[in-house]
Amino acid sequence: MKSELFVNGKSRVVEGHPMDRLLDILRDELGLIGTKEGCGEGECGACTVLMNGEPVLSCLIPRIQCEAATVETVEGLAAAEARAFLEGFVSDGGVQCGACTPGIIVTALALLRDNPHPDRQEVQTALAGNLCRCTGYEGIHRAFDRGAEDE
Amino acid sequence: MKALAPRTLDEALLQLTQTPDLRPLAGCTDLMVSEPEDRRDWSGVLDLRGISELRGIEWRGETLEIGAVTAFSEIRDSPEVRQSFPALAEAASRIGGWQIQNRASLGGNMANASPAGDSLPVLLVLDAQVVLVGPEGKRSVPYRDFHLGYRQTALGPGEIIGWVQLPKPPVGATQFFRKVGTREAQAISKVVVALLASVSDGQISDYRLAAGSVAETPVRLTEVEESIVGRALKPEVADLAGHLAAQAVRPIDDVRSTAEYRRFALAQVVRRMTLQLVR
Ligand SMILES: Cc1cc2nc3c(=O)[nH]c(=O)nc-3n(C[C@H](O)[C@H](O)[C@H](O)COP(=O)(O)OP(=O)(O)OC[C@H]3O[C@@H](n4cnc5c(N)ncnc54)[C@H](O)[C@@H]3O)c2cc1C
Ligand code: FES
Ligand code: FES
Repeated sequence: MKSELFVNGKSRVVEGHPMDRLLDILRDELGLIGTKEGCGEGECGACTVLMNGEPVLSCLIPRIQCEAATVETVEGLAAAEARAFLEGFVSDGGVQCGACTPGIIVTALALLRDNPHPDRQEVQTALAGNLCRCTGYEGIHRAFDRGAEDE
Repeated sequence: MKALAPRTLDEALLQLTQTPDLRPLAGCTDLMVSEPEDRRDWSGVLDLRGISELRGIEWRGETLEIGAVTAFSEIRDSPEVRQSFPALAEAASRIGGWQIQNRASLGGNMANASPAGDSLPVLLVLDAQVVLVGPEGKRSVPYRDFHLGYRQTALGPGEIIGWVQLPKPPVGATQFFRKVGTREAQAISKVVVALLASVSDGQISDYRLAAGSVAETPVRLTEVEESIVGRALKPEVADLAGHLAAQAVRPIDDVRSTAEYRRFALAQVVRRMTLQLVR
């Protein structure tokens, strides 16, 4: 099947099997390899993108449900609103191996859009579906805390 | 593969009448956790997400009606649900993380029919009615008759879940929800418990208890309910309820837990919930 979706503000027309994953459409068909595959089963959050503004797991979304959708990936988000947050994220130790980072950034930015000053509990709730095996989340929380201080 | 994305329920029903083995798709949070080769072998899929009649939350008289395709994030945030069905709002907020809640639907949780489905014991204690629609028309079944056996439901060929109807709970009733898993978010429950109870004149006047992951289907623990209703509200009642609940279930050992631990956890959770009524 053929479908049109709007990825990072641009119209893209893609074609393939109706049950292909959005993750593969982004990476293989559109070359947007910033979105990572971790588990491929919904458990890790590495493949998180925004679909119609909401964080979702691109490994669990079939092509048939992408028609006319607005998709924002880490590439689009990092280029725009995320600069300052990203720099803090790196310098505060939010990144170690980096496997979880694109997914965490996407979820974090979705949270900050709705709630510019989340407390620790709110950050924790938002990131419950993003697994990080390296940082213990401390550096990630620091990046949020600093975001709040900087204002 | 036939891949259909109807915009209206009538269109969907026409398709289901012609091709009853179309697989309904909702949030796909269960369906996409499958081998890609298997997904390619399915004869056809019918996306329900574009059908607005099947989404949303609305009072109809004394009944709150929830469209089957409504996502848990919407249920979690709904003022109507939070106000009148706090146990359901709580369950919705514990199903996976944010990303899962944005997609996973109430109807998908029911149709997937895992004994560990977190919303299911809540629907049982709320005495939900389920409206099914299919080639034969519309029918309403009490949710307690929906699960027929391990992963078997009352859904007939080409039939889908349309809506879930929740009668307004009795005034003054307290609702509880608790899931026990390996960690707070994203873990499949080892035991999940819902309770709705009322107290009047120092006596337990209403006591509806259900649990998941303790039998082949989510279950109402009616024997426990019958023994507890009418008793004076004292701490010993909480012990008794926990004890009876553990006796009433036949859990299994599996990769997530043992039968013995599940009985123990169920007893503890039921005891604590009941104790909260005392305070
Ligand atoms: C990482 C992860 C964490 C999870 N955590 C939890 C958890 O904590 N608690 C929990 O209970 N579950 C959990 N789940 C399981 C899943 O998210 C839920 O069961 C969810 O409610 C399924 O809904 P869905 O809309 O995604 O269903 P889908 O995957 O779209 O469908 C599931 C099944 O139901 C059928 N179906 C869907 N809608 C209808 C309908 N209206 N009528 C008839 N049939 C229908 C489909 O054909 C399919 O067989 C988790 C899943 C993942 C991947
Ligand atoms: S790759 Fe999608 S959640 Fe892990
Ligand atoms: S930095 Fe390695 S998993 Fe998060």
